[in-house]
Amino acid sequence: MKQVLWTLAALLSHWRRRPGNFLALFVGLAIATALWTGVQALNAQARKSYDRAASAFSGGGAQILAPTSGGAIAQDVFVKLRRAGWKVSPVLEATILIRGVPYQLLGIEPLTLPRGVAVGGPAAATGLGAFLTPPGQALASPEVLRDLGAAEGEKIALDYGNKTLPPIQANPDAPAGTLTVDIGVAQDLLGRNGQISRLILEKPPGPGAPSLESVVGAALRLVPPGEEEADLKRLTESFHLNLTAFGLLAFLVGLFIVHAAFGLAFEQRLGMVRTLRAVGVSTRTLAAALLSEVVLLALFAGGVGVFGGFRLAAALLPNVAASLDALYGARVAGGLTLDPAWVASGLAIALVGALVAAAGGLTKALRLPVLATAQPFAWREAQQRFLWRRALLALAAFGAALAAYAWGQSLYSGFVVLAGLLLGGALLLPVLLAGALRLGEASAGGPLQNWFWADSRQQLPALSLALTALLLAFATNVGVGGMVEGFRNTFVGWLDGRLAAEVYLEAAGSEEAKRIENWLSTRPDVQAVLPGASATVRLSGWPTGVIGMAAHEKTFRDHFPMLEQTPDAWDEMKRGAGALVSEQLARRLNFSLGATLDIPTPRGNWPVKIVGVFPDYGNPKGQARIDIDALTNHWPDAPRTSFGLRVAPEQAPRVIAALQAQFGAQIARITDQANIRRISTRIFEHTFAVTAALNTLTLVVSAIALLASLTTLGDMRLTQVAPVWASGVSRRQLAQLEVLRILMLTAATAIVALPLGLTLAWCLVAVVNVQAFGWRLPYQMFPWQWAEILALALLTAALAALPPLLRFLRTTPAQLARIFANER
Amino acid sequence: MRGSSLLSCSIAAALFFVTPALAQGFAGLGSDTTGFEKPVPGKKLVFPQDLGAHQNFRTEWWYVTANLTDEAGAAYGVQWTLFRQASAPGDERPGWANPNVWMGHAAVTTATDHLFAEIFARGGIGQAGVTTTPFRAWIDDWVFDGAKLVASGPDFRYAFNLRDDGPLVAQGDNGFSLKSDDGRASYYFSQPFYRIEGVLTLRGKEIKLKGLAWMDREWSTQYLAASQKGWDWFSLHLSTGEKLMLFRMRDASAPDFRAGTWIAANGAPQKLARDDIALTPLAETKVAGRTLPTRWRLQVKSRGLDIETAPVNAASFMATSIPYWEGPITLQGSHAGKGYLEMTGY
Repeated sequence: MKQVLWTLAALLSHWRRRPGNFLALFVGLAIATALWTGVQALNAQARKSYDRAASAFSGGGAQILAPTSGGAIAQDVFVKLRRAGWKVSPVLEATILIRGVPYQLLGIEPLTLPRGVAVGGPAAATGLGAFLTPPGQALASPEVLRDLGAAEGEKIALDYGNKTLPPIQANPDAPAGTLTVDIGVAQDLLGRNGQISRLILEKPPGPGAPSLESVVGAALRLVPPGEEEADLKRLTESFHLNLTAFGLLAFLVGLFIVHAAFGLAFEQRLGMVRTLRAVGVSTRTLAAALLSEVVLLALFAGGVGVFGGFRLAAALLPNVAASLDALYGARVAGGLTLDPAWVASGLAIALVGALVAAAGGLTKALRLPVLATAQPFAWREAQQRFLWRRALLALAAFGAALAAYAWGQSLYSGFVVLAGLLLGGALLLPVLLAGALRLGEASAGGPLQNWFWADSRQQLPALSLALTALLLAFATNVGVGGMVEGFRNTFVGWLDGRLAAEVYLEAAGSEEAKRIENWLSTRPDVQAVLPGASATVRLSGWPTGVIGMAAHEKTFRDHFPMLEQTPDAWDEMKRGAGALVSEQLARRLNFSLGATLDIPTPRGNWPVKIVGVFPDYGNPKGQARIDIDALTNHWPDAPRTSFGLRVAPEQAPRVIAALQAQFGAQIARITDQANIRRISTRIFEHTFAVTAALNTLTLVVSAIALLASLTTLGDMRLTQVAPVWASGVSRRQLAQLEVLRILMLTAATAIVALPLGLTLAWCLVAVVNVQAFGWRLPYQMFPWQWAEILALALLTAALAALPPLLRFLRTTPAQLARIFANER
Repeated sequence: MRGSSLLSCSIAAALFFVTPALAQGFAGLGSDTTGFEKPVPGKKLVFPQDLGAHQNFRTEWWYVTANLTDEAGAAYGVQWTLFRQASAPGDERPGWANPNVWMGHAAVTTATDHLFAEIFARGGIGQAGVTTTPFRAWIDDWVFDGAKLVASGPDFRYAFNLRDDGPLVAQGDNGFSLKSDDGRASYYFSQPFYRIEGVLTLRGKEIKLKGLAWMDREWSTQYLAASQKGWDWFSLHLSTGEKLMLFRMRDASAPDFRAGTWIAANGAPQKLARDDIALTPLAETKVAGRTLPTRWRLQVKSRGLDIETAPVNAASFMATSIPYWEGPITLQGSHAGKGYLEMTGY
């Protein structure tokens, strides 16, 4: 035991003498762990929120009754069911805006709400009386109060309708982003008197009670337990998978650093190991000491990494939460809590990562014959064999990617394609670089050039890990950057086409809608009133919105973005015989133009011909668009309450003001095109903020890898540079050659990274995106972006090369002479 | 009489605090009677209006208890109750802003079983309420309309037909029922002459039952002094066809307040003097962590009544939001018969 400790002390002394190497190892492992645990923490937090949201209503075995065709449930239906012995409780839900930020307004009826239902309703601390008696209460989690900057008891105004929430009250059990009020208050705030979103069924009624159909007909549907939760999980799954893939990628890049650092440390300590063995330290003791070292380092760096990951997650959470909310309507709680489970898993992954990264060095050190000469620079020995092996492995990886692309059908296979590409590229890089250097060497004219190429080849194995990390970082930056940029272009164009009307409004109810429509028809500044209505159905179990719209010539025919359509698409639709389907829907149900879509309606199945496919970016659910009159015919209950107005753009604010003055609370929501565009773009930016952050971090990690490798190399390389200096090459010239070498290698890496990145981008838009979200993006290239990334890469390399170079320049001729002498 | 401050306050509490733990949060409501009317002597009962709700009074109830037997002669008890509690006086207004909260209690008692259920409902939306023409009181699918009595709960469901064999009976002084020496009171009348029969489904088994039922209607705003801790109340069907209602309010700082009504077989009521009545606990039972007197000696000197009562099931405890004991009893002594006992505040 004592021997192990002494051996360990001897081994650890290395890190004291080489703080740079230690820093690389430490930072690499810590960052890798941080990125991994950060992403895990984000995912865990989101899932926890979904579970809470899902169990909010299904707690204690409660079930949900939802309107069969979407829309609202009439309050009379609730009373009818209660009086038939069905223990249901009404809920009214809607999104409200407070100072531009969306919140979920939840109206509950606390007297019938089943116990065990955790909607953050009135609890012991607040009391039912205050909740029910005017003015009532708005209950919210402390995070919501903090976000609102509100003190308890404050009455907060909504952004529209001139309405004010009841005094706000903190309730730690309230779901994220939700304000809970009495259902009567909610109906009033939303201008939705007599309307209910859904009913919570405490338990199925007893045997003597009438059936659901006999009470309310086909108006309501019993949502199978877990369906909502499953929907939310399914819809958000791809988002989380993307996040996980990024986390994994970052972790792998981090591991490259650790591997490099460990590899160098083991190489550097071969002499020490030999000496230790020579003085009688057994292989077993040495193994124990080396292993303890790895474990100690892993726990130390991993611990810091876990903490860093927590901070990272906390920093990214608002963006992730905003994206999830905007994309899926999924609420994620704002407060992140340090969960012992993922602290443990973070440390475990750090340990496993460190062991994997150190495995090569470990076995090498242990297998070292006691009397072998230390060969710190023997990297090149089996290089040739090594390169062959890598080339073969790279081919295998590319083959796997190709196979996954050819036969894969799922998101996972999409990621296999990505992983295969990246791995293949990483494996192939040293082979390609070695080949290029060999070519350079062959074309060399003169001894110095010859030395330059030979020395470059000599350094390649040591640098290749760092360069590989750089390659992966560049490739993902090119790929992801290209995808995001392409998406931005497409999205903006699509949004312009989609948002054809200048003003959008939603009436508080059907009666109000009629009054507003009549009033609008008398206004000369309103060129057209485009009514809209919607219903929700499930097609092959997939939630799908059916939108009724008018085939208005100047609005939709000319502008509505389509991917493909039959020549008579709009006429067919106007006739009520054709439907436009979203790309997601077409892909998921494998529909093409001309196919017949069976839409379940309250009046039975309704077959319509698919006459067009339109892009519907960012919508996790399916969508079918039909003529509004056809919709009202098939769903007589669907409220026809939303309108798009065509007005001259400069008139829009005036029309909105006039409508608000005339109708006030009869308008549930009104906004102009510019505002929707602003919100949509913000959502878009939120969504990719996380991607961009992880992207940048990957680049930073690879830069650190390069710096670490170069620093360590710079030190050791003195023994090789000294003879060249002794042969008469000046330090200045040597330094220039060093910079040239590293820039050359980096540029070569970037050149390899470019096609890899482009393939990656293509794979993202054409494979992963389609599998994850159901829509494909046009593949676009952005040469200026590549130039930017290349410049960034070269700058990174130059910066990484600088510190060792400065040290070299500060090395006195006397030192060089001494090294030269010692080495010989 | 179901009316006294404790039940009233408890109902207020229960209606506004579904669980007892919530009660401390809303202390003010029970005592604030601003704007509500108070019962005064001399008011004449008016029908069918007085069968319906009285929006200017804070609390009221429609209370049915029944003593039944199956074909083998085994005794059963059934309870059906609808309470109304208002947070503010005024006309009945539709919508969620309606100030009424309704609470229903239903129970079934046998010698070995006691099942009960509780429902809450908001006023103004139609989930619960009372109409007078025709008379109908309901909460969810529970109904009492003078001809039908329907309720259900976990493991029980009953549907009975009712037929009244006599007139409505005013309690106290023509319906003004005093509850304390300082003048707090309620309006109170009864229909003690119901014949009842129908089917009880108990734990999956259908049982045909028939017997006698008693309905109480009572409304008020503020009943009794804070020092009154609870009450013991009896409604008795004597084998002579006569009916008897007795109660005592237990006061911590004063003698008990006792009252009662002797109802002739033709429905003619006679108010009993306080000293004419003696209610003496004979034996106690521990149920739901409380000790309650479940056997009693009842005396009405002027009528020569001296009987002992025994519960059909001593554990007839209503562990509802406001807990109380309510169950069928049998009589022995100078008179035979059966009835119901309610005890609160133990």
